[in-house]
Amino acid sequence: MELHIILIFMIFAAIMAVEIKDLISSVIALSAAGLGLCLAFLILKAPNLAITQLVVEILCVIVLIRGTINKDLPLVKDGRWLFNTIATLFSLAVLLLFSYLALKELPNFGAPLMRVSQEYISTGLEKTGSPNLVTAVALNFRGYDALAEAAIIFTAIIGTLAIARKIGKKDEE
Amino acid sequence: MSLYFLCFILFCVGLYSVLRKRNIIKIIIGLGIMEYAVNLFLILVGYRMHGRAPIFAKDQEILNMVDPLPQAMVLTTIVIGLAVTIIAVSLAIRIYEKYGTFDITKIRSLKG
Repeated sequence: MELHIILIFMIFAAIMAVEIKDLISSVIALSAAGLGLCLAFLILKAPNLAITQLVVEILCVIVLIRGTINKDLPLVKDGRWLFNTIATLFSLAVLLLFSYLALKELPNFGAPLMRVSQEYISTGLEKTGSPNLVTAVALNFRGYDALAEAAIIFTAIIGTLAIARKIGKKDEE
Repeated sequence: MSLYFLCFILFCVGLYSVLRKRNIIKIIIGLGIMEYAVNLFLILVGYRMHGRAPIFAKDQEILNMVDPLPQAMVLTTIVIGLAVTIIAVSLAIRIYEKYGTFDITKIRSLKG
């Protein structure tokens, strides 16, 4: 029940973040949705994720505020605004209808298929020696994923430096 | 089931923002909302009713645990989402320096 309340709160915060006009208020509404996600992780028994989400959320807000501070937002409604909005909402409604049909086929909430994970849970402690199974899976059983994640972060830092730096080396002749 | 559907509605709010808004910052915010929805959906699928957090303790017997595998994968996804946001914001800042606006319909010229 409390998960429903948190999810509805997150949907309202997301709609506010999308529809509000002021950019900084919009970023703050997005961070409210992120903190709701952090609470939902805590209720779903994922404390590692809740901590990570909190830190990432704060960093994300800092970066977005750096991007949006002192910037104006011209709001223009052109002639086909109504048609475009109606078309977008209609396609989203079709998507929601098909998702409703598809989500019924999933296993029920609270009864997951745990074929691989049962092995991890029963033998994870003696195989890896880590009482926290999430770190055991992330760093030992699926260590290559953590390696690829480090590679992605490295690529992202290189990309950000390449985009955000000023003019590079000036050749003086 | 209703939780899955609410999660998908959250995803659709982000998708609406990406499709319909003309401000680059709003598009980045929509990407962030979609990322939240996908992360939450993966964790919801792995939840077991009356389960405990997947951490062993010495002095107590733990029978039911939630699925640790999606949690480990989503841990990766959250950090990648931060990297995506940072790259998108740096691109938006460069576009603002060059064109003086965030409006995507005004960014037309390809001249260097």
